[in-house]
Amino acid sequence: MKITEIARIGEHPLDEMLRTDRLPHIWCPGCGLGTILGATLRAINKSGLDLDKTIMVSGIGCTGRAAGYVKLDSFHVTHGRALPFATGLKFANPDLKVVVFSGDGDMAAIGGNHLIHAARRNVDMTVICVNNFNYGMTGGQMGPTTPQSGKSTTSRSGNVEKPFNIPYLVGAAGAPFVARWTTAHIRQMERTFLEAIHKKGFSFVEVISPCPTYYGRMNEQATGLEQMRYYRYNSIVKHYANLEDVDITLGGQIVVGKFIDYNRPYLPAPVIENGK
Amino acid sequence: MTSENQLPGEYFLSGDEACAEGAIAAGCRFFAGYPITPATEIAETMSERLPEEGGTYVQMEDELGSMAAVLGASWGGLKAMTATSGPGFSLMMENIGLGVMLETPCVVVDMQRAGPSTGLPTMTGQGDMMQARWGSHGPYSIIALSPASPQELFDLTIVAFNLSEKYRVPVLVMSEESIGHMYEKVTIPPKEKIEIIPRRKPNIPAKEYLPYVPDDDMVPPMAIAGEGYRFHVTGLTHDERGYPIMTAEVQGKLVKRLVDKIEKNSSAIIKVEEDSIEGADIVVCSYGISARVATIAVQKARAIGLRVGMLRLITVWPFPLERIREIAKNIKAFVVPEINYGQISLEVERAAAGKAKTILVPHMGGAVHDPETILEAIKQAVI
Repeated sequence: MKITEIARIGEHPLDEMLRTDRLPHIWCPGCGLGTILGATLRAINKSGLDLDKTIMVSGIGCTGRAAGYVKLDSFHVTHGRALPFATGLKFANPDLKVVVFSGDGDMAAIGGNHLIHAARRNVDMTVICVNNFNYGMTGGQMGPTTPQSGKSTTSRSGNVEKPFNIPYLVGAAGAPFVARWTTAHIRQMERTFLEAIHKKGFSFVEVISPCPTYYGRMNEQATGLEQMRYYRYNSIVKHYANLEDVDITLGGQIVVGKFIDYNRPYLPAPVIENGK
Repeated sequence: MTSENQLPGEYFLSGDEACAEGAIAAGCRFFAGYPITPATEIAETMSERLPEEGGTYVQMEDELGSMAAVLGASWGGLKAMTATSGPGFSLMMENIGLGVMLETPCVVVDMQRAGPSTGLPTMTGQGDMMQARWGSHGPYSIIALSPASPQELFDLTIVAFNLSEKYRVPVLVMSEESIGHMYEKVTIPPKEKIEIIPRRKPNIPAKEYLPYVPDDDMVPPMAIAGEGYRFHVTGLTHDERGYPIMTAEVQGKLVKRLVDKIEKNSSAIIKVEEDSIEGADIVVCSYGISARVATIAVQKARAIGLRVGMLRLITVWPFPLERIREIAKNIKAFVVPEINYGQISLEVERAAAGKAKTILVPHMGGAVHDPETILEAIKQAVI
């Protein structure tokens, strides 16, 4: 292929929504973040949202870098604080559509308290939590999502702790919309993102994503392809599954689907005019 | 108190209530906080008053979240604040640093109590003065004010909002339990008599806007979320586009500006109150409640014929180094009473640069000084 052809192909349908002057991104080959960010942007595009009023907030970590690549008003804040920052933003201007895009370490470990309280408050925002089972940015340490016996640079002989079942946690805390997909479910993920964006209240989607550089390599799935293959053959779609049963275990099945979808009062409360 | 007007008139208010009213008068329309003694009454007042003024009160899960929400609300276009005390102030340090880095206007009130740790929750202290200056990691500069009465808590909370908008930096109101829980007459002036500095908005087309191109005073205009500027901001070291750049060169340029915009504008920021410094042998230098207690000692000293001046720091950070250095040339000693074991006294000593002695009058917290202790220090200083 000639260089000029590459340049022509280089124009991507999502370029309008990307800070192309910041590409290439920092994510490793085989990482799932590009796939998930792509699905997020396509969903935002299809949603008909006013892009000037669509805001992305990220915390720290590999996933946290997403905010820096989108051509929206976007905030890359402190570790774990994407949710409370986004809460302030949404309360200050309820006309904004706030999308929080961050990782499992950011949201379930250091930001775990904010996660359950944002769900409890039912703050009207869409939250995409990318779970790669470890801290990628710092070199593959275990975290609160690392499956039991899963290896990492701080659990060389296998993790002894029980991980969080994030959908169960967030559902119990009161989120009225909870779903999980893997990066092998691109269409489903995109459709669910679109639903989540239109949902009033705290809509939460966990996406299981490969980290071949660290978690995969240390757990006998050394390439993104192997991790994707694992997701493909080991995922079971079970909408409205009993969330007690969606734990993720090393080498076990991954239950995916839309788990929770109901309505309850959210914040900031909608302004009621003329009694309507 | 009821809403609608700016409530001009005379009231009998606690410092905490006066602080909340000052914030509302300054245009604050967002408060995120977590209950903590002795700042709780600020949150309570705000939870009642803000909805009356069309604002929002959110009670967060902790002070980490409170400070993050305050920053978010500021970027959402509202004047925003929180109020806390030592233990919460420690937790807020993380996002105060982010506030400095993103250049986010907001106000943080620290009603100091005696520490360290849980300390004496209901009793006074001034042990957070250095934490105010250096508590978040990395090199930076910040503005901190120290009110000495409920009236001044009202007035300085307004000043704090104005300075935070003008310099795009979190401004700290470093008060104490003694002032927060003190009831005094507070005069709320009519709205038109209150000076409000609005946010500096960009005046160029959205497509040309770069979030960190500073004006001549080193402060960049600030777009807010949802107005079509499509900006990116990050706590990482960033260039004028707001893009992360991992080089020592960009770090040098950014951090120098963040510090210089405060320090090089310090003469416009700093306020002190001086009394009879001309011809004095001794100058008592203090702030907040300790300055009030010290005035009694100063009067007693004068009554026995000692020539004593008084320098009250209203702005503590940036520190009025030049003025103190000037005073030091003509006096024997500074006497510095403060409710800690020596914090601001170290700065006074540094500023005095050996030209005058610096005598700390410490108090470990839980009460204010006995004026006699300060008087004794003044007498010793004369010798």
